[in-house]
Amino acid sequence: MKPAPFEYVAPDTIEEACEHLAAAGGGATVLAGGQTLLPLLALRMSQPFVLVDIQRIRDLVGVKPAADGGTRIGPMTRQSAVIDDATIARKLPLVATATRHIGHHPIRNRGTIGGSIALGEPAAELPATALALGAVVELRSTRGTRRVAAEELYWGPYSTAIESDELMTAIDFPDWPADSIALFRELAPRPGDFALVGLTGAVSVREGRIARAGLAWFGMGPTPIRARQAEAALLGQTLDKLEVGEVAELAVRETAPFDDHHASAEYRRTVGRRLFARTLNEAVSVRRSA
Amino acid sequence: MSTHSIRVVINGRAHSASVEGRLTLSDFLRTDAGFTGVHVGCEHGVCGACTVIVDGEAVRACLMLAVQADGCQITTVEGLAAPDGTLHPVQQALRDEHGLQCGFCTPGVVMTLVALTRGPKRPSRDVLLESLSGHLCRCTGYQGIRRAAIKLAAEDA
Repeated sequence: MKPAPFEYVAPDTIEEACEHLAAAGGGATVLAGGQTLLPLLALRMSQPFVLVDIQRIRDLVGVKPAADGGTRIGPMTRQSAVIDDATIARKLPLVATATRHIGHHPIRNRGTIGGSIALGEPAAELPATALALGAVVELRSTRGTRRVAAEELYWGPYSTAIESDELMTAIDFPDWPADSIALFRELAPRPGDFALVGLTGAVSVREGRIARAGLAWFGMGPTPIRARQAEAALLGQTLDKLEVGEVAELAVRETAPFDDHHASAEYRRTVGRRLFARTLNEAVSVRRSA
Repeated sequence: MSTHSIRVVINGRAHSASVEGRLTLSDFLRTDAGFTGVHVGCEHGVCGACTVIVDGEAVRACLMLAVQADGCQITTVEGLAAPDGTLHPVQQALRDEHGLQCGFCTPGVVMTLVALTRGPKRPSRDVLLESLSGHLCRCTGYQGIRRAAIKLAAEDA
């Protein structure tokens, strides 16, 4: 199908974009990379009056150190650039790994990190990764600027705390110790498909014990879901005495998967439990032997 | 509804047009500019048939608006072969390896492989084979396309 008619604007600055969003009174949608939005428009699941294309705004692109430590990523940074970025490879290898699993090569050339995080598709890699690592997004509007933790961002499928007049202007990832163990695995029918079950996160070990853990599921409920109880159970544990099966059980208990035409909720829970255990086992055994 | 003036260079020739905001790049290339080698299959980014090269990178033409391509250099499958008909190495590889039957998916496959192999360094076999995951083919069973991709990959990979 073809998209329904809309006004198209392509502002050069963040301020102009915010003015367009405010003036539309809720009838505008932000166009970032368009790799999810354009299908939604073509299928007429989304019919905005105004499309605010932010691809010309240079201030929204790039990777730099955040003011209070950590790494600040511009939301219009293309996914292909995220994968190739040296700073992200060094400081946020999990973000690069997760991004490699998105769609296909031509999709990643257009798709952006901010577009994915702002949209909140529950089976997408980046919202869950932002949640697991404790990212905070900066939202700007003509009313001012506010910061929202990924933790508070996701309300339901494609439903987020971002108001209709707000534009995401930065994603701040906190620093994780350089020797953190990245955990990432997803099960999808074919490469590039949305995950049936996915797990993303990081664990950091100090003096043989787990000192920090951030884990989140995707495709396991109406939003990305942080595995809080599993994180708490991991803290203080030594790698060689880890009861991986029990932690996996805790982690799956926090999910809320649904039945759809791809898989049943029971299937997702069963696979989730195994996927969690296998991913954690592999990660710690690599570390043990290192 | 809004209309916009755009100027693009398609296969080395400048084109200017007035387009509606909602017109996709794939429809613009086919219907307005006449490059019917851009095949439109699913119209929502799944099949890969409409893949073209915009400013050096393979993109889905159905997932980009024509107005977003204003000022861009676009290459479609029509822009690959030499004027005397000599095929581009990617096209030749697909032909040699029987990588096409009906040909519907072929322009998209070709453009992705061209974009990935145009740099000075040849990509690995894994990179090229992974890129094929973005293209649906209903005829070949993919084996011929895979052979062509492997032929185009770096020797040592």
